[in-house]
Amino acid sequence: MLRVEDRELKKLVLPLLDVSPAYYITGAALLALVFWGVFVFAYQTIYDLGVTGMQRPAYWGVYMVNFIFFIGISHAGTLISAILRVTQAEWRRPITRIAEAITAFALIVGSLQILFDLGRPDRFLYVFFFGRTQSPLLWDAMSVTAYFLGSITYLYLPLIPDLAIMRDNLPDDAPAWRKRFYTFFSFGWRGNKSQWIRLEKAVAVMAILIIPIAVSVHTIISWILATTVQPGWHSTVFGPYFVVGAIFSGIGALFITMTIARRIFHLEDYLTIKTYNFLSYLLIAMTAIWFYFTFAEYMTLAAGQQRAEWPVLASKLWGMYMPSFWVMVWSMVAAFWILVIPRVIPKSFKSLPIFQPRMSLGAAIAAGVAMLIVISPIHSKVVTAMAAATSPSFDLQSLAWIAVFAGIAALILGTYWLKEHVIAGTVIASVFIVEGMWLERWNIVIPTMTHPRLIAFGMYTPSWIEWSLTLASFALFAFMFMVFFKLFPPISVWEVAEGRVVSEAKETIEMPMPPVTSPPRRGSFTFGARRGVPRS
Amino acid sequence: MPKWSMVIDLDKCVACQGCSIACRMENNTPAAPPDQAAMGREIRWNDVFPWPPNQAEPGEYPHVKTYYMTRPCQHCENPPCIKVCPVQATYKGEEGIVHQNYSRCIGCRFCTVACPYGVRYFNWYAPEWDPTMRQHLNPDRVESGEFVQEHTEGPIPRPKGVVEKCTFCVQRHDKALKKAAEEGRALRDSDYIPACVQTCTGKARYFGDMENPESTVSLLAQERRAFRLLEEVGTFPKVIYLREG
Repeated sequence: MLRVEDRELKKLVLPLLDVSPAYYITGAALLALVFWGVFVFAYQTIYDLGVTGMQRPAYWGVYMVNFIFFIGISHAGTLISAILRVTQAEWRRPITRIAEAITAFALIVGSLQILFDLGRPDRFLYVFFFGRTQSPLLWDAMSVTAYFLGSITYLYLPLIPDLAIMRDNLPDDAPAWRKRFYTFFSFGWRGNKSQWIRLEKAVAVMAILIIPIAVSVHTIISWILATTVQPGWHSTVFGPYFVVGAIFSGIGALFITMTIARRIFHLEDYLTIKTYNFLSYLLIAMTAIWFYFTFAEYMTLAAGQQRAEWPVLASKLWGMYMPSFWVMVWSMVAAFWILVIPRVIPKSFKSLPIFQPRMSLGAAIAAGVAMLIVISPIHSKVVTAMAAATSPSFDLQSLAWIAVFAGIAALILGTYWLKEHVIAGTVIASVFIVEGMWLERWNIVIPTMTHPRLIAFGMYTPSWIEWSLTLASFALFAFMFMVFFKLFPPISVWEVAEGRVVSEAKETIEMPMPPVTSPPRRGSFTFGARRGVPRS
Repeated sequence: MPKWSMVIDLDKCVACQGCSIACRMENNTPAAPPDQAAMGREIRWNDVFPWPPNQAEPGEYPHVKTYYMTRPCQHCENPPCIKVCPVQATYKGEEGIVHQNYSRCIGCRFCTVACPYGVRYFNWYAPEWDPTMRQHLNPDRVESGEFVQEHTEGPIPRPKGVVEKCTFCVQRHDKALKKAAEEGRALRDSDYIPACVQTCTGKARYFGDMENPESTVSLLAQERRAFRLLEEVGTFPKVIYLREG
């Protein structure tokens, strides 16, 4: 009989058993979307891939974008939880379970996208029967399979003690299938010393093994693109760029998922502001690294100006992919500042006039108007001026600048709101990041597809089939979480209990401070009148 | 072992698109309905398109000149398409022809994405012909493979959802091979030519064995006008063009 503290019993174990009507309604809605996806997939299989918006030269479309996106999301989990476990970061304890679950589900949904994309889904298994080892797609099949098996194991191992806790602490009126389920899957866990030692060893080995596999997965996905000679893809930076982007979008997804779980299960005692703060630092660092890679990637394209690559880049900077490209860039900028501003602006600045709503609004409007005047072209003739004023690119540009200044105004206005609402701020930034990363995948795959070397440039507009399957994929992702959270505790019960022991032990330690000394004085150099006064 | 190769003299090419039509008849490529053609889904193993692509015509009215390029599969020596195929549905034969096996293809379209020449086409739908056309399909079948058991390629009507491409009329190659075997001799340079070479109005196309130093293609390939498409991507095509002028 494994015992568990009352607060864990109340917060983590018992909520799994009560299923509210709201749960059924949400689940039914999501399941309806999933079934809609099944129907659409059947429709697409019967009427062929022609019903999608894909054509020549855009042979790949939203499915490929979704595939890269979901496999990227999957790095949330296992990689983050493995790195944090290996580095012994104590604050990881409450988030590992959710992170690992994201990995498993995102991999399932991501692999489904490849099935959607195949012209002959009935021949899917040929990849394993007749694999050609030279093909990056085969490497991908192997690494994603290895990652899936690894992360399922890595999710399951720390679950075993929790399943035993569930088995032993179920109330008597719990349904019989639950008892059988937990008894079977806890594999006779009794919690004796040799079992704990074996578990800790296995988790440590898995944590180390999973890191190279995870890195290989998104590198290989980038190689699907980078091993071809197509303009804009044939780049050595793609491997690390994709891995960074994957971890980046993964942390974003983790924030969103854990906040939803926190809200529904009232996990405020476990997922504390401290957890959010530490994970935010990681996210801020990833944002900066992502910017570095994005800049490096586009900088080399822009400086080279190769005949085949230039149209791809131009289409993103000011061509037909301008909206998706700049929305991506500004989403990431917004996310970065939403995360950074409340942490660098001290509380005492609140009295500054710029933080008064009227002042900040006025300043932003003034800056916006000034910018509009600066960027507006100067026209010598009325006719050209009118043409410029009515051309869509002019309007788009003005709108974009107005949006940018509105964003800055909102950020200044919201600084102290963000300071007080750390969690809400993080979630807003995460939504920007996840949306921006989907667009980033789009901006990498689609413009190159539509700007080939020897085929006339094309246009790609996804059809309702592709949007339906995308929506259904997200619904399936959410639905798997709903089922998971009703079967398993959202927080690793034993790890949190272990962490509590560790932190209590730490509190009793008294750290010896180094002795205080006054700094030595240096010569006769003086700078200002107060120099030379010994500091206390 | 011959190395099949094609030389296209752009000085002689009049852009009549006869090669495209001959190819369509020989290889049973279906005609796309107008709405599909507007989406860019028509299949043209041998395409004729304005050159250079995606650029304005050179010159200013009235001194405008339009150039056209005719383009079969380049049958590269270093083909980017076969390297990316995860199931070996496309592969290079011993005589240098890049084959495409319809029975093996899973329709992932990685090869269509990887080919820098855009010679590969995908069957978005099962092919359709009007009844008269259907009666006159080329009955030739290529069903045995060089490396694999289950193998269909060439003019056989394609199933939906697979990739297809120019095969240098592999069905004619098969026939020539059988005939040579009956006569008890090795395959010769002049034993077979693809349909596009046979039909070419301006006699701009030459076909033959690049390994034979005396063959027409070998001699033409040494001309100073000779060039290959997109030499910078390192694919070493076996289709050699002779520059205009």
